[in-house]
Amino acid sequence: MSDIEKKDLPGLASYEAGVDKSLARFPERRADFVTGSGSPVKRLYTPLDAPSGGEAYEKRLGYPGSYPYTRGVQNTLYRGRLWTMRQYAGFSNAEESNKRYKFLLEQGTTGLSIAFDLPTQIGYDSDHSLSQGEVGKVGVAIDSLADMEILFDGIPLDKVSTSMTINAPAAVLLAMYIAVAEKQGVSADKLEGTIQNDILKEYVARGTYIFPPAPSMRLITDIFAYCSKNVPNWNTISISGYHIREAGSTAAQEVAFTLADGIAYVEAALKAGLAVDDFAPRLSFFFNAHNDLFEEVAKFRAARRVWSRIMKERFHATNPKSQMLRFHTQTGGSTLTAQQPDNNVVRVTIQALAAVLGGTQSLHTNSRDEALALPTEDSVRIALRTQQIIGYESGAAETVDPLAGSYYVESLTDRIEEEALAYIKRIDDLGGAVRAIEQGYVQQEIQNAAYRYQMDVEKGDRIVVGLNKFQIKEAPPKGLLRVDPSVGERQVEKLASLKARRDNAAVKAALVALEAAAKGEDNLMPPILEAVRKYATLGEVCDVLRGVFGEYRPSAMF
Amino acid sequence: MDRKIRVLVAKPGLDGHDRGAKVIARALRDDGMEVIYTGLRQTPEQIVQAAMQEDVDVIAMSLLSGAHNHLFPRVTELLAEKGIGDVLVIGGGVIPEDDIPFLKSKGIAAVFGPGTPTKTTIEFIRNNLKRK
Repeated sequence: MSDIEKKDLPGLASYEAGVDKSLARFPERRADFVTGSGSPVKRLYTPLDAPSGGEAYEKRLGYPGSYPYTRGVQNTLYRGRLWTMRQYAGFSNAEESNKRYKFLLEQGTTGLSIAFDLPTQIGYDSDHSLSQGEVGKVGVAIDSLADMEILFDGIPLDKVSTSMTINAPAAVLLAMYIAVAEKQGVSADKLEGTIQNDILKEYVARGTYIFPPAPSMRLITDIFAYCSKNVPNWNTISISGYHIREAGSTAAQEVAFTLADGIAYVEAALKAGLAVDDFAPRLSFFFNAHNDLFEEVAKFRAARRVWSRIMKERFHATNPKSQMLRFHTQTGGSTLTAQQPDNNVVRVTIQALAAVLGGTQSLHTNSRDEALALPTEDSVRIALRTQQIIGYESGAAETVDPLAGSYYVESLTDRIEEEALAYIKRIDDLGGAVRAIEQGYVQQEIQNAAYRYQMDVEKGDRIVVGLNKFQIKEAPPKGLLRVDPSVGERQVEKLASLKARRDNAAVKAALVALEAAAKGEDNLMPPILEAVRKYATLGEVCDVLRGVFGEYRPSAMF
Repeated sequence: MDRKIRVLVAKPGLDGHDRGAKVIARALRDDGMEVIYTGLRQTPEQIVQAAMQEDVDVIAMSLLSGAHNHLFPRVTELLAEKGIGDVLVIGGGVIPEDDIPFLKSKGIAAVFGPGTPTKTTIEFIRNNLKRK
């Protein structure tokens, strides 16, 4: 979208004539050039492809820190403070993970990011039959406040910000965090951090759902309402495109499906009677960064522009913070190869650079061994150092939105915006994100893109270094992290001892009160907080809610 | 004689990563096999029951959570208990090389790691069916 016309570029015709001559002698490497997401890429981008200045510039790009936020949500960005270097971590039990967090803080991370094991994420205690073999594997096992106290032992919660990747039982883990802070003498209004709390993408791409959509949306809006009064610096949701992209979507689909989910949450909160500017400033986002540097930078810029317009024009938010899309980025796990894993350091560097050039607020860099296992300390250190090198040595953080004005990047930004808006329109026509997910539309679109990608790789249309080209014979990797298999048993013993020493009558009373609240319309955060304070377990709290709300049953399509 | 090969693509355990399972399911179907996909969060018991109900020749399990040493062998044990040990059982996902000998000793015929082309899996199935 440009205010320049072809006649303003007299040299272009002779360039094009020159290209024709070159092509006659040297054909190009391939017939079609495409981005990482498969969109066509032209040979050359010129001022015809980008807003050049004046009105088009002011309206479409504007300035960092002001509407439509294409160039970033802060006016000085990394000149004020670098992004938060936040490494997602957690495994085994609370003791082991507490050690890893202290290691990360010593190495210079500036925020914690908690990975929970699958039973915790799905609201099962470690002694549940479905937890067998899964306890402590992909994250830390948390059964009760007692585990949470150990997890944050010696970590002052008024000094760190903590992100928790927890969705269906987000209210319970947030309540435990608040309760640990109380024990440290830190009041809830001092707490900073994020819960993922994004159930819609669980149905679509990540799989740790518990309850059906309606009660899930209620839990989410209860958290919005509770935090706006009691935990005002908490990001109440991290609306996530990350997993949508990992499941195989394109960059534009990542933006579209994430923002469509965002629209659904805003609508649910409005329906629950909240005022948009009371909760929207605490909505945060979470995106992926894949290998196509320019397309990824454009994606972040487009996402900011589209969201700010949605908030302003569709929801009439007037607080600028409600219009700002603030986001965390993680580099793309699915882009890592199990083959020649050291090459992943290079991939992660490109991806992390894209996130920084795209103006991310916080960043997790994956470790080179993540296609093989959970990362070792050495691998995590390299991943963190990658961020530090970008921040302190590359120069990428010295000016705001350095790629603005690149004809190519602006053109990509426009194209992703356009594609995302078309998808959002389609989802609106289907009745919104919840309906579109229930009908399988979003899942099908992602699966089609994933399959296309896989076939492109297998046909050799897409080169993945070390995977389908430049392969070597290599010995199996050594020194991978292994979770102690006895962690499950120890966790079960801990749980039994907790149940023997806590005040079981008080637990029972708290769970009865929670059940009554769940059947009615009161905010569920206070009774959940009361139950966890009494050391009700995660599984017990979730079982009460399962009893009232039922469970989500997806259809299995492919 | 031209009965299509029947495959149950299964997601045991609590893992929600199903991109690989769905891509494999579709690749097998495109190759002419009959594919049934279980969806997420299947117990070994549910997987074996589905395999019996659907009378499959192959069970292909995908797991990225690290619980494979627990869950995969449970499936082959149950198959043996039910007297249907002639089902070809294969696995895939994020599975360390070091675990593969153990899994093979438990009757998992092959384990395919990240980056395996779908045609490798297809060929393996076609060449290693236990039921003829």
